[in-house]
Amino acid sequence: MIEIENLEVRFRDLHAVRGVSFAAPRGSSFGIVGESGSGKSTILRAYAGLITDWTGTMRLAGSPLARRRERAFFRRVQMVFQDPYGSLHPRQTVDRALSEPLLVHGIGEIEARVLRALAEVALPTSVRFRYPHQLSGGQRQRVAIARALMAEPEVLLLDEPTSALDVSVQAEVLNLLADLRERRRLTYVMVSHNLAVVAHLCDTIGVMLEGEMVEQITAADLRAGRAAHPHTAALRALSTELEEA
Amino acid sequence: MLVDVASLSIAFPTPQGPLPAVREVSFALGAEKLGIVGESGSGKSLTARAILRLLPPNALLTAERLRFDGIDVLHAREAALRAIRGRGAGLILQDPKFSLNPVMTAGGQIAEAWAAHHKGTRRQARQAALDLLRQVQIRDPARVAAAYPHELSGGMGQRVMIAMMLAPGPRLLIADEPTSALDATVQAEILRLVQDLVSRRGMALILISHDLALVSHFCDRVLVMYAGRIVEELKAAELARARHPYTRGLLDCLPSLTHPRPRLPVMVSDPAWLA
Amino acid sequence: MSAARGETWRDWLLSDTPGSRAQAAWGRRWRLWCGFRSNTLAMGGLIVVAVLIALSLAAPWLATHDPGAQALAERLQPPSAAHWLGTDELGRDVFSRLLYGGRITLGMVVAVVLMVAPVGLAIGCVAGYAGGLADRLLMRTTDIFLAFPRLILALAFVAAIRPGVTSAIFAIALTAWPPYARLARAETMTIRGTDFIAATRLTGASMGRIVLRHVAPLCLPSLVVRVTLDMSSIILTAASLGFLGMGAQPPSPEWGAMIATARRFILTEWWVPTIPGVAIFVASLAFNLLGDGLRDVLDPKQR
Repeated sequence: MIEIENLEVRFRDLHAVRGVSFAAPRGSSFGIVGESGSGKSTILRAYAGLITDWTGTMRLAGSPLARRRERAFFRRVQMVFQDPYGSLHPRQTVDRALSEPLLVHGIGEIEARVLRALAEVALPTSVRFRYPHQLSGGQRQRVAIARALMAEPEVLLLDEPTSALDVSVQAEVLNLLADLRERRRLTYVMVSHNLAVVAHLCDTIGVMLEGEMVEQITAADLRAGRAAHPHTAALRALSTELEEA
Repeated sequence: MLVDVASLSIAFPTPQGPLPAVREVSFALGAEKLGIVGESGSGKSLTARAILRLLPPNALLTAERLRFDGIDVLHAREAALRAIRGRGAGLILQDPKFSLNPVMTAGGQIAEAWAAHHKGTRRQARQAALDLLRQVQIRDPARVAAAYPHELSGGMGQRVMIAMMLAPGPRLLIADEPTSALDATVQAEILRLVQDLVSRRGMALILISHDLALVSHFCDRVLVMYAGRIVEELKAAELARARHPYTRGLLDCLPSLTHPRPRLPVMVSDPAWLA
Repeated sequence: MSAARGETWRDWLLSDTPGSRAQAAWGRRWRLWCGFRSNTLAMGGLIVVAVLIALSLAAPWLATHDPGAQALAERLQPPSAAHWLGTDELGRDVFSRLLYGGRITLGMVVAVVLMVAPVGLAIGCVAGYAGGLADRLLMRTTDIFLAFPRLILALAFVAAIRPGVTSAIFAIALTAWPPYARLARAETMTIRGTDFIAATRLTGASMGRIVLRHVAPLCLPSLVVRVTLDMSSIILTAASLGFLGMGAQPPSPEWGAMIATARRFILTEWWVPTIPGVAIFVASLAFNLLGDGLRDVLDPKQR
């Protein structure tokens, strides 16, 4: 479904992504884990078309992607951002935010679809006309997920979707993401700095270090401690060290 | 007792009436490491800041007892409070990017903090700054002292922040989510550094975090807060045997590498916890 | 009965679960209004501005005399029962001239603002969002206009066309729009990098739609504040032009012109030049206080 070969992204003086290649078959979930500055979010943004200055090959279901994306691309690929407050327009109600993708793509039955979307992410209809600052962090992230699903995509790019949330809310959102993947047969590419979260939701994990994907490992292997690269082992050790407390 | 708090309550005025943020919190602290854990809105930051009365101007503060180092913080005048802030207790915040002055060098800021509480020449202040940077395990103190905050990494910036707060020689260090903005590898280093400095200087530490496991690793005692109240108080070593359903909920709902579960248990908040 | 109805109407506005976009929008505006209302100085400014506008609009009914009617026998009379603010050097009633002059002055200000704010917003938003060549071209154009001192440009205009209210309006407008463009551009550049704009781009929306429906509404608050604060300086510029004889021409009762023609009486019949001066001062101050109050309420960082 998703294929990336030799992706290189350079910002003015920073080589953010160096020759990253991976593939995620349809229905699978690929996790990208790494520390801040490792380039993991940049990969996602390049695939989504937010960054146009890249070299390499990126494919969606076999067809290569050009520098600029057409509108049809956004009906197949959508993204959920890290900061739920920053990803919702502060002056637009939830209803408006959810209607926007429908208006842009010319999809009808807006009212019915909005209500259905709210139900799907387990939000009560009472939040429909609230502004983002009147919602909790967990509610905002659900709205962001609902918005991403309005266009009925096949792929969801998740950029640290739970990093800004409380742990109890994180559990709910992770469960929601698992349910949605099951119900809609989505393909996920998820980025996080939290190894446990990524391993929970994804079957294959790519480990980023300073722009390079140094290892691709299955979640099962990671849990068992069969990491090949020392950075992977180090991240795993840090994650389990606190668990054993 | 260095810190003695009894029945502390903080509320904020709203058009619909005062909104309680901290409800009758009581605890005491000696020369030990206390962790305060809670999610957003639990009131943990406000509780710690109340010790130094560093609250927003519209906050309504009431308490039966609020003493720090023998001083009655509740009734002290602003001038007396300014003396204990910095010299009595230091406060480390989450993101060094926002708590360091962007137009002063790191060394300059540490020297300024030192000079505010010690009499000495500028050269002595600069020397003290370099010395403090060495104490926070910065290998090249001269280079860091000459750098501006935006030129430093997150972990480095946080070390500078710690050095700045230690400059006046406080007795209490309050660390409010000091590592939430840092990577996992740096997190552990910074917390170990704080732990080390605190024990060597015989200081008390209040570590505020949303990460229960992290706090229990680095503290002696843990207070768990929910909706402005302390719902459980336990020794860090006994965390696994926590009894309150909220604490258990916090422990259980984390995804684990070693114990994978297809669905994470979700916290169901019991209105009884608000009582 | 009316008390009960009043309660539910406020409840409707402050409801936590609005039932429609309109209710949510009005609720937000009501909350902003409550915040504004608590600032006494700002309310004072708003009331004075409202009174000035009302008086100007009601001039034909409130004026005691014809503002142009000369009565040389009664020139330079102090305030009295017959002439509430006295008479000027041609025997015209100062009070009536003040009311009609308000129409001209405030009318000029409103005309300038209506022309200038939308143009500045459009240019700034497009420049800020598009970036690159469009940005550079638009900003250099802005810089060129910003370089002109208002009064000098007005004088140049007058040399080209005949002096009058219309030329004054155009002259002020030509030099008043650049700061709005700059302001809109700065705001747009901040907004451009946010996640919610990225999310909007990911819906496949065109640049025009994003700028018009997502970016521009966020630039409005600071623009409104800037406009209100600028009103006072536009009033002063219009009055200065009038004073120099470049704006409203005699016998037009424009406040600045009134000061100009009467300035030689400042020491003897002081009320003739001073009263229009006080009017200008009051109007400027009121707009300033109003603008300050609006900024406190609309500035997102302070909320």
